[in-house]
Amino acid sequence: MLLISCPNCGSRDETEFHYGGQAHVAYPENPNELNDREWAEFLFYRDNTKGAFAERWLHSTGCRQWFNMLRDTVTYEIQAVYPMGAPRPDKAAAAPAPESTTAPEGATK
Amino acid sequence: MAETAAPETKKNLFLRTSPAALLRAAFDTGSVPGTVELSEITFLTMVGLRVDRNSDAGQRIWSVTGGLPAACGAVAGSGDTSVLWLGPEEFLVVAPMEAHESLGGDLIQALREALADGEGQVVDLSANRTTFELTGPRARAVLEKGCSLDLHPRVLKAGTALSTEIGNIPVVLWKTGDESYRLFPRASFADFLGRWLLDAMREYASPEVP
Repeated sequence: MLLISCPNCGSRDETEFHYGGQAHVAYPENPNELNDREWAEFLFYRDNTKGAFAERWLHSTGCRQWFNMLRDTVTYEIQAVYPMGAPRPDKAAAAPAPESTTAPEGATK
Repeated sequence: MAETAAPETKKNLFLRTSPAALLRAAFDTGSVPGTVELSEITFLTMVGLRVDRNSDAGQRIWSVTGGLPAACGAVAGSGDTSVLWLGPEEFLVVAPMEAHESLGGDLIQALREALADGEGQVVDLSANRTTFELTGPRARAVLEKGCSLDLHPRVLKAGTALSTEIGNIPVVLWKTGDESYRLFPRASFADFLGRWLLDAMREYASPEVP
């Protein structure tokens, strides 16, 4: 179970929270000018990132407030918790990038 | 034309049935005097407040309740009116049954007048939740079976109220004393949580196994 640090309430169990999908999906400026494909992409198309992913969370059993979270989808490490409306923090410098990818077992060049 | 208006009758409020009324006998037999005791406190007056505590309306409400809590866990209030922190701009006022307007109290009306046309809400939520009181030296051990918060006294001090889950039920847990807790489950969860607590208390009725 994830232990999520709510900005208002402190560390709580994941079961107290609700997931709100990808963060920073801006509402189109002129929705009427979009064609069906663009509108569908705004509504339904989301990133499927491997690695750090910015997402929205709701502390539904506690303070009932939304917040953003930067979570690694591979390790589940929570890299940042920041308020709604704030820009995504740049964690690229903080997180060490893998120097070389491990070759699959038995693969030779 | 159908007669839609309800006939005017004088309601006898003492015929009300509380959400866990069916468990009253079970609470009596399940309680272990001196170890852990469970009871339902019926029909407390509860008011949902949504107001910015720094606004003018917040200040007016502040003077009615005797304070608004500032942070998670804090409880403010004066006399027998308490204000529990639920969110940055959301509070729960808990007052005795007699404070309700159906019994001649004026708390809710006073809060409405204090809010006036300021931004916020004053909503009578007395029927939303019921109150369980769990007391005794083993009360913490009972709660720890279904609550992931750290309930140790060095972390959870008396006079703290937290919105959390107990036995997978969303409740507001208010530590009113060193060995006494109040739990506010929603009315529809009262039966389940009451039985869950009774089950968790059962082992303390038996002699301790060395």
